[in-house]
Parts: sequence; structure tokens; C-alpha cells
Amino acid sequence: MNHQITRRSFLAAGGVAVAFSITRPALAQLAGGGEGGPGPAIIAANLPGSLKSSPFLDSWIQIDDQGSATVYTGKAELGQGIRTALTQVAAEELDIKPADLHLVTVDTLRTPDEGLTAGSHSMQDSGTAIRNAAANVRMLLLQQASTRLGLPVADLDTNGQGSITAKDGRSISYGEIARTLDLHVEAIANAPLRQTAEFRTMGQNLPRVDIPAKTTGGAAFIHDMRLPGMLHARVLRGPSEGTHLQLPPAHEIEAMAGVAKFVQNGGFAAILAEKEWDAIRAMRILQSLPYDIAPRPFPNGPASETLKALPARDIVILDTSNAVANPVRSVKHSYSRHWISHGSIGPSCAVAWLKDDLLTIWTHSQGTYDVRRVAAELLNRPIEKIRAIHAEGAGCYGQNGADDVAAEAALLAMAMPGRPVRLQWMREQEFGWEPLGPGMVTQVEAALDDTNRIVRWNYEVWSNPHNNRPVGAGGVLIGNEVVPPFEAPEGKPIPMPEGDGSRNSNPLYDLPNMNVIYHFIKDMPIRVSALRSLGAHLNVFSIESTFDELASAANIDPLVLRLNHMADERARGVMQAAADKFGWQERKKSKPLHGFGMAFARYKNLGAYCAIFMEISVDRDTGMIAVERVNAATDCGEVVSPNGIINQVEGAILQSLSWCVHEAARNDGKVRTSFDWSAYPILRFIEVPRRIDVAVIEQPGKPFLGVAECGQGPASAALANALADATGVRFTHMPLTPEKVRRAIVTN
Amino acid sequence: MTVSIVVNGKQHDIESSPDTPLLYVLRGELELNGAKYGCGLGQCGACTVHINGTAVFSCLTPVGAVGDRPVRTLEGLGTVDAPGVVQKAFQDEQAAQCGYCIAGMIMRAQSLLDKNPKPTDEEIRTHMQPNLCRCGTHVRILRAVRRASDELVKQG
Amino acid sequence: MNPRKRLLWAGAAAICAVGALGLGIAAWVVYEPEIPKIPRPAASSFSADQIKRGEQLATVGDCIVCHTKDNGPPFAGSRALPTPFGTLYSNNITPDEETGIGNWSAEAFRRAVKEGIGRDGSHLYPALPYEHFIKVNDDDLDAIYAFLMSREPVSEVAPENQLLPGLGIRQSLAGWKLLFLHGGHSEEDTTKSAEWNRGKYLVDGLAHCGACHTPRNLLGAEKWGNEFGGGIAEGWNAPPLNASNPSAARWNVDALTEYLTTGTSAAHSTAAGPMGPVSEGLLRLNSKDVHAIATYIDDIMHAGRPDRPQLQNVDVDNSKTSSMQSATADLFQGACAGCHEPKSPMALRGRPLLSATSDLNADDPRNSIQAVLQGIQAPVGSNAPYMPPFADNLTDSQVSALLGYARFRFTTKAPWPDLEKTVREIRKENQQ
Repeated sequence: MNHQITRRSFLAAGGVAVAFSITRPALAQLAGGGEGGPGPAIIAANLPGSLKSSPFLDSWIQIDDQGSATVYTGKAELGQGIRTALTQVAAEELDIKPADLHLVTVDTLRTPDEGLTAGSHSMQDSGTAIRNAAANVRMLLLQQASTRLGLPVADLDTNGQGSITAKDGRSISYGEIARTLDLHVEAIANAPLRQTAEFRTMGQNLPRVDIPAKTTGGAAFIHDMRLPGMLHARVLRGPSEGTHLQLPPAHEIEAMAGVAKFVQNGGFAAILAEKEWDAIRAMRILQSLPYDIAPRPFPNGPASETLKALPARDIVILDTSNAVANPVRSVKHSYSRHWISHGSIGPSCAVAWLKDDLLTIWTHSQGTYDVRRVAAELLNRPIEKIRAIHAEGAGCYGQNGADDVAAEAALLAMAMPGRPVRLQWMREQEFGWEPLGPGMVTQVEAALDDTNRIVRWNYEVWSNPHNNRPVGAGGVLIGNEVVPPFEAPEGKPIPMPEGDGSRNSNPLYDLPNMNVIYHFIKDMPIRVSALRSLGAHLNVFSIESTFDELASAANIDPLVLRLNHMADERARGVMQAAADKFGWQERKKSKPLHGFGMAFARYKNLGAYCAIFMEISVDRDTGMIAVERVNAATDCGEVVSPNGIINQVEGAILQSLSWCVHEAARNDGKVRTSFDWSAYPILRFIEVPRRIDVAVIEQPGKPFLGVAECGQGPASAALANALADATGVRFTHMPLTPEKVRRAIVTN
Repeated sequence: MTVSIVVNGKQHDIESSPDTPLLYVLRGELELNGAKYGCGLGQCGACTVHINGTAVFSCLTPVGAVGDRPVRTLEGLGTVDAPGVVQKAFQDEQAAQCGYCIAGMIMRAQSLLDKNPKPTDEEIRTHMQPNLCRCGTHVRILRAVRRASDELVKQG
Repeated sequence: MNPRKRLLWAGAAAICAVGALGLGIAAWVVYEPEIPKIPRPAASSFSADQIKRGEQLATVGDCIVCHTKDNGPPFAGSRALPTPFGTLYSNNITPDEETGIGNWSAEAFRRAVKEGIGRDGSHLYPALPYEHFIKVNDDDLDAIYAFLMSREPVSEVAPENQLLPGLGIRQSLAGWKLLFLHGGHSEEDTTKSAEWNRGKYLVDGLAHCGACHTPRNLLGAEKWGNEFGGGIAEGWNAPPLNASNPSAARWNVDALTEYLTTGTSAAHSTAAGPMGPVSEGLLRLNSKDVHAIATYIDDIMHAGRPDRPQLQNVDVDNSKTSSMQSATADLFQGACAGCHEPKSPMALRGRPLLSATSDLNADDPRNSIQAVLQGIQAPVGSNAPYMPPFADNLTDSQVSALLGYARFRFTTKAPWPDLEKTVREIRKENQQ
């Protein structure tokens, strides 16, 4: 372990703060997986993770004179467990107990700007930054202790309890050192990190810090916020995007029972009340009024029909060619998925308060800094007079109504100076207005030579932009409704390697000839934005289904075909690990409509690796699929919280199964028709697989790879492959509803 | 006209109008966080509480209809320092992702175990069916219910 | 799925029948020969077309509902069918040789279904509606046989029937059949369309609609001469399907087809109670046959009158003129209005208005009460609306107040008398 300090040292007295930011050029970077805006400027390109944009240690860590640490992250807890994972990372590298550490999640006043919490980047961006910042701090603490105790650093060690001990028995606490430690210094790139063998916290299953409150009724969600004098607000909108209520004159609404205030600006209208039910009651009355429908194309056919009818710009994703043998067997299919709702269990909510000339917005948006920017533009207010703080909402899985509601609450708060405003959408409003996950379609044609090598691979994918996350007022509903309105920005593709509709359209497999075209369709007749895994869901579905079709045509084992075309060791590793745990070699059908399937992907070909194996049986009379068991293996680099990883992958599998089998957000050409859980059924307990086992491949020392989205593609693909095995029918257009399955197998 | 209800063993005089669903009274007047708004239509179970020991949707129960039937919420099962058996089981299984549905899940599970401390796996699944989870925590939730059942049986 | 409760008075009736006819005749009618076992036919001995046809016909017959226990393997029987005289358990009709019908010949199968006689000659209880199935032609029965034989055999032995003492004598069923089992299927009516005839054939036979929708006599058989006059099943009223249906003027073929295939009709409400599983089955039936069924039922409902008045749309809302108790209005606001207020998001999306529901307009509040107490489950595979149950959060007095309010506000009908007492009785009935 090399404790040598290669750069400046800091003396306690008068600590030298060195400012480097002035002289370095600012570079834009794609933080948050390329979603949202350009992200925070890079000012220290040599530093790892988000330290690139926030190189000063005290942006990340502060230690008080009791030795307790406050750690700041620009990321948000979405239910993915990041608060706990980052706590573990910081506690480990500072070498203190997690209980002595308090993590502050994104707050524009207090934490670094790390862009969006999206794209499975939190561990890569923030985990890496915090780990290295903490290592820097630990290094500085040791240096200080060395000076105070008059001993070389090599004779000192941290003891995991917040003190530094010397070989001669003396010790000094972090708290004592902190009184004179100046952390307003830039990090260095290679501060020594703690090694896996010495880990006390990382790699352990630290119980999630938020679960105690959530299981006992503590205030855990933005929905639980209660501020003095708080008003309850409800927006007044028609039932669906593209509709507009015909409201009576303002004075009539103001006169309604329980209504404290009516706010209207252009097409935006909302009411406020002292009591929440009063707001809802009045909203219901107004919501029942007639509404206008904007004349606009609102296509309601299958995804392929809708998308292929729109003009597209072709983007070449891959075009490789090598000399190969002649193809002897080919397969060709089109795959699709329909528009999907985020389906957050708790509809979107925001709280905003204009107090003493500072507007504070509490939001569960994945882009807290962007919420601030949007509000600044919408309200024409200097940005330094706005503060945005992340508070947990229900799982959002992408951009749901959170950003819209945050902007709406901000405007309402400006109309009620001094009083906090809590705005929450109703269930039918969330379904009717939130941006959906885009429908997509692919077309794949692939061929094998006579040695079963895949020699031809032609792939096309059609998609809308997935990245419509608001960075300005034009990106939120209210921005388009106020007068004068802000124009909705044109949708743009996220370039590879992150991609959007193109995400994971580039197979990780080693194929000699690949032609992959992304038909980017910027016209969005249906309101869309990012949904967990973006294009990876359908692209992995298409690639993995095609691999099984090829295996079937060649009469070879699907796993063997994949391994024959995969050099990446870690990819082979997860496939083999999951196959072994599953007993893939020993699989045997024991009855009709019983089958097995597998799928693999590396998220974005940059992120976590995930292989999934499934055993299913299909009920002949109902078409319902019983998933007997699932074995998954995931490799996400250095493991911080094994249980956290397992939780995320289990969740991805179940959510992906629900998308695959049930979900399609529909409309009738005029309005959205999926408006409640009856009209948009999702997976319930009776359909849950009997068993799900997730194996976490340990990769000590390797960079963190976020795991939140890696299961979406493989789970749906594994199901389709198992279904093909069980029924002999290749299903290609999601959702694979019970009725669709039943009809196909009855005619068998 | 004031309505009076008993929540978690304590009597409260309620100021809200009698048509106010119990959910908003619990969250607003009584400042209890457990029961949550998910849909207001009886389709998701995030608002689940007990009336007379049976799981009901508080979003569809006007406070004026409660009468003297005792109401129990998540807060009535235990505290952070002394969680009830089911709450502890959910904690031990780390059965939550975003956690928004979990209060409803715990109440739903509790009402099953109160009547049948040793349910079969099928019975647990069928009983939990009215409650939705979107994050996909189902497997853990089922394990937590099983764990709570085992603990209750052990306690006798 | 809820078990079908049938009013089977067979035991009591049969005893009378036997007594009346004397022992000699009884001996003659009771005895039926055994049909020898055959080796189980291979699934491949039936053509794919025949199996497919049989699957569709079995869907019309809804065999799966009675012959499958809760969460049990399909067609393996053991479903408890409660009757006032005790509980019957359905038979295993998978092709298992030990416990199912694996060794039954097609002839044995046909005889069982049409005449209620097991392969071994024993009489079957008319929980199997053979008085309807006797009208099914042999070709169709052979197709159903092929479908059943093509399935996986499942070993499942039904529990012993638990009938009240004295009623367990199968031979006594012979007398019942003598009185009520009338042979043969009806001839085609050449004055009607082919589709109407197809509908009649299905409805009178396999679909056995009359088994629920016709009142039964004291002997447990459908009342002669009052076909489709309305009946009761599992605590829910099965409305009349003939002209005595008070909502007849608001049904036509298209509305019936929509209702049967989706489980819901915007103008009428949602299939509830035991009709739920029926529509769950019918959504798997080919559209031609559903349309045929709808055509026939529509004709009966309008007593063959082609000149009937236009389909009426009802949209009653007396809220503005009402002097309803505000406490009840409050109850409705908090418990029901989210879905049931006219112009609520539910109502805007093509869900039925309360004023359109036949049940709210019916003289008997039974179905309305059941809907509130039990809720309405959406059939698997459909996006039909789901109604949660209110039995646990509302008291009898509250349920009755709400229904009285709804009746007043959304219909032009007189209030139901003794409503709270009826609610109390039905709630108790459900708990048994």
C-alpha cells in the first residue's frame, strides 16, 4: 500500500486553498447516461467520477468536531438503495461506522451537481467520486495525525471507529483533527483506496437506512411532508394529453366550497385548498365538465404501423463487414413493444415554498438541478433565488410526472407567497398525462454458415427520442400551457455508446458482419420520455430472440451458440454462472407447454452484465404463463451491497415480466384510454415466479457498474425464448397477453 | 358536526367533513404516514388499514362511516424501536425497493396472519392479490409474510 | 371462481317419484348397463381440427368452471358444488385411467353427458345439466370427447359427496330423470336465419343458459313453460332473458355481443358474480358463435318482435332535484363517487353509468347488494372494470343507505322496501 503523497501537503495552520478552476477549460460531459442536458462542466478531467466537475473535497465531505461525517451526493434515492450504497462507500473509505455518517442527497444549495440520477450511472459517477474523495480525506487525516503525533504515516492506521491509532498505542480522533482540517482543497487522482481484504462495510449487506421508517410509518416520502401553513393543490386538466377542460369563469371557481385560491395562466389551471379533500372534491366537480380535444394526430394502431408512417432520420450504428463463408440458414423477424406507462404506485407530487425571497422546491424528479433550471425559466426568476431539493417519491423508473408537477408547484407557490404548496396528481392524471415509454419496432435478419457461425446480421430499429427530460420550461406541460408558452424542444437522439432508441442495438457478440441502422423519428404524436433501460428493452429482446431462432434453425443449444460468439470473459462468466445454477445442461421437459429459455445482455455494452434463465409452463386454457423459476447472474464490478444488487435485479425481472406479458398504454385516436389499473393491468401476486435466485459475481477492484437497468432486456427476452420452447410459437410483439398466447397455442 | 373515531386505540374528534375518505383524515388531521394515496379507486391497496381487524381500503371509506369500529394503521403495529412481528419480518427480509406500497402490504399481510397464522404459500399469494407493487418486490414480500408466520407460530 | 349453487331438490323429488311409480317400474328405470372400458385412446388418434372444434364447444359448455377446483388442475374435478341438500363434488374428466375418464369410450361419454349415466351405469346428479346437454348432437360431443382426450391425464379423486342422509341414493335419480329429462334436440326453425338456429342450438344445449336464467320448480328442475324467466345462481339473480326482462328495450344484438365477449357493456354494466366466469370463457369463443348466441337471446328478449322501439339510452340523475339526506350523499361522495359519479374519469372512459345498470333498476335489490358487498372481479385477460368489495368497510345500514341513494338518484323506480333487512340477510347468506 503506497501512502506516498505525490503532491502538495497541507499544513494545519492557515491551510492553503488552491483554486484551479479558473485556468481549466470547461467541457460538457454526458452525465447521467446522456439523458437530460449537457450535465455539469468538467473542470478536472483527470479525476475519477463526478470529481471531474466538483474537485473540491469539501463539496463532498465534511467532518465535525465529534468525528461525524456529512457526505454529499448529487444523486437521488429513487428506491434503488443508492443512499445506503453510497453510505457504505463513504463509510468504508473514510473508515468510520455508517452510523457516524450522514448522507445528504441532491440539493442545489448543498450538494454537487452530478446531472441526472439515471442511466445506472449513480455508482459510476457518484460512488466513484465519493470513494475517491473519502480516500483523499482519509489520506489528509492521516497526514494531520502524523504531524500532530510526530510519527510517520506508515506507523499510523485508521481503526474503523473514527480514530487514528499509532503503533506506540497513542491515538487521535477524527474529531480532534477536524477542528483544524481544511477540506477546501482539490482531490488528487490516486489517493490510496482501501483494499477488499480490509473492507468493513463495502461488500456487506448493510440494512437499508430508509426501510425502518418505511415499515413503521415514519416520514419517508415527499408525500409525507407537512409544512406550517401548507396548502393542498390539484391541477385541473382534461382526462388525457391533448385535452382541455372548458372551465367556468374564475370567480365561479373561487366561490366553490373549500377552494382557497384558483390560479390560471393560459391553459394551466389549478385550485388550492386548506384541506386536501376539499381540493379533490372541487377538482372532481370541475374535471367532470366537458373538454376540448386538440386536433392532432394521435395514432392508436400497433407500434410498427405508427412508427413506420412517420418520417425518420437514419443513423448508422454499426456497419462492419468481413469476408465470410456463404450463409446457409437465415431467420427474419420483426419485434415490437407498445407504449408503456411508468406506472408509479404513488402519483407524482411536489412541494414548493416562496419564503423570504427564496423559492424552495421539493421534488422526486431524477433531475433536481434541472427542476431548478426549469423553474427559473418558467418564472423568469434568477436561478440563485431558487433551491431544489430531492425528496423520495414512489419508484419512477424514468421520467414520469415528477418534473411537470415540480414546475406546477413552483408556479403555484409564487402565487401564494409565504405558504408552502403541496401539489399531487391523481391516478388518472398520472396515467393520462405523464410521458410514456416509447413504443418501438425492430427488424432483424440474420444468417448462419454451415459451421453455425453467424455471418450476416442486419438490424433496424425505429424509435422516438427517449430523452425528453426537461432542461427548460418548454419541456414541462405547464411551460407549454402558460402565456406566452415555451416551445417544446425538438427531440434529439442520445449518441452511442449510451444511445437511446439505439441503446443496446449493437450486439456485444463478435459478429463478423453487422449492419445496424437506427431510424430516429423525431415526431412524437404520443408524449414520451425515458423509461428504465430506454431502447435496451426491445433491442435486447430482439437480439436475444433472434439468437434463439438461429440456434433453433441450426439445432444447437442456445447457450452454446452464444458462447461461440462471445469473447468477452465477463459476459461468458455471467452466462456460465447462471446456466450452472439453473441446471441448464440437465433441463428436461416433463409435460406439454413446459419450456426453458435464456437471455443475456451487457447494459449499453458498457454497464453491468446480466444473464437470465427461466423455466415456465403455460396454461392451455387461459394462456397464462406460470414462471416456475428464474436464475440470474449479474456482474457489476466492485460489489458494495450484495443484497441491494439482488433486490434491484429481482425487481427488474418482475417489472420486465409485467411489461412483456401485460402492458400497453392505449388510446382511441382522441384520448388515452389506459387511465386506471383496470384499464392498465400489471403483474400481481398470483403471477409471481415461484423462485428467483440472483447470483452476484464478485469483481473486487473493478469499477462500479450500476445494476438498476441491466435486467429489463434479458428478462423479457428469456421469457419469449422460454415461451417459444414451451409452445413452439415465436412471439414477437409485446405484450404477450394471455389471450394472444392462448389463441396461438389452440390453433397449434 | 364532529365525527369521532378510534385509531390505534386512541379516540380522536375529527374536524373533516364526514364524506372525507379516512385516508385523508389519517394523513391530514392525524398526521399518520402509513396509509398512502395510490389510486383512490380501490385498485392498488396502498391505502390499506384495518377496520375491526379486517383489511380495507381507506381511500373508499368515508370517515363518517367508520363509527365506533376501531381503526388500526401501520403505526399501530409497532414503532421504529419496537417493530411488530410483521414489520420486523419485512425489515429482516429487506422487503422494499421504493417502499411506497409496503405499508399497505404489511397491513394486508397482518390481517391474514391475524386470522390464519399458518397460511399456505397459495393462500398468501391469493390474499395479497389486491395490493400492487410496481418495483417488483413481490418475492421478498412473500418471504417476509412467511417469515412473520414462522415467527408467530414460534411465539405460540 | 365461485362454485355454482343450484337448487337441487332432486333427492326429495326422487323419493316421491319412486314412491309414486312403484317398485316394478322403478327397477325398470333405475337400471342402466355398464359400458365396457376401452384402452385410453391416443391423443394422436384425433385430428387437430376436431380437437380445436371440441375446445371451442367445451368453451361454450363452460365445462372447466365446474370441473376445476380453486387453483386446481383444469378439468380434474373436485370442485365443491353446494346445494341445499348437501355438497356434491365434480368428477375428474381428464383422460386419467384410474381417476378420470381415460377408459371411457366415446359412447360412454355421450351417454353421460346426454343422459346423466356414468360409464358403470350409475346415475349422475343433475348438477351436470344433462337436460340441456341432451340437445347436443353426437358429432359435437365427439369433438368435445376428442378435446378432453387430448389433454394431460391428472390423477385426482373427488371427495365423497356429502349429501343429507337418505339423499345419497343414486338410483333415486332415475325417477327425477323420468319426469324431467326429455330427449332429443329441437328441429331447426326454417322461418329463422341459420345464425338464429345456431344460437338456439348453442344456448339450449351446451351453453345451458337456462340452467341459471330459468326459474326452478320444487323438484329442482327448470320450470316448464317459463324458459328464461330468470333464476338465481350462487346468491346472484340471473335476470330473465325473455321479454319479461325489464331492461329488454335497451339490449340489441351488438350490445349483447359486446357484453358476452368483453364482460362489460357501456350501456348496461359488467358481468358480475357467476356471470364473470361465463364471460371469461366466452371471450375465448370465436366471434361467430358468440354472435349467434347473442342473436338468439336478443330474439327471445324481444319475443320475436322486429318492430320494437329504438334502443333507449338512460341517463337519469336526480341529484339536482333531490332532497336526499346529505349524510348519505356524503357517504356516496367518499365511497363511490370516485368511480360512480356521472362524468367521473371512470364514466368518461366508457364505463357503465349507474343509471344504465339493469340491477339498480330491478325490483329485487339482490344483485346490487352483492355488487357492493362482494365487488366485481375482472375476468382474466380482459380490461373490464374491477369493483372492490365493500363488505368489510361498510355496515349493513351504510350499504342500504347507499343503495337507496343510488336508486333514488339514478333511477325513476320506487325505493326498495326493507332494504337494510335484505342487506343483512344476504350478507349472512354470503358468510355461510
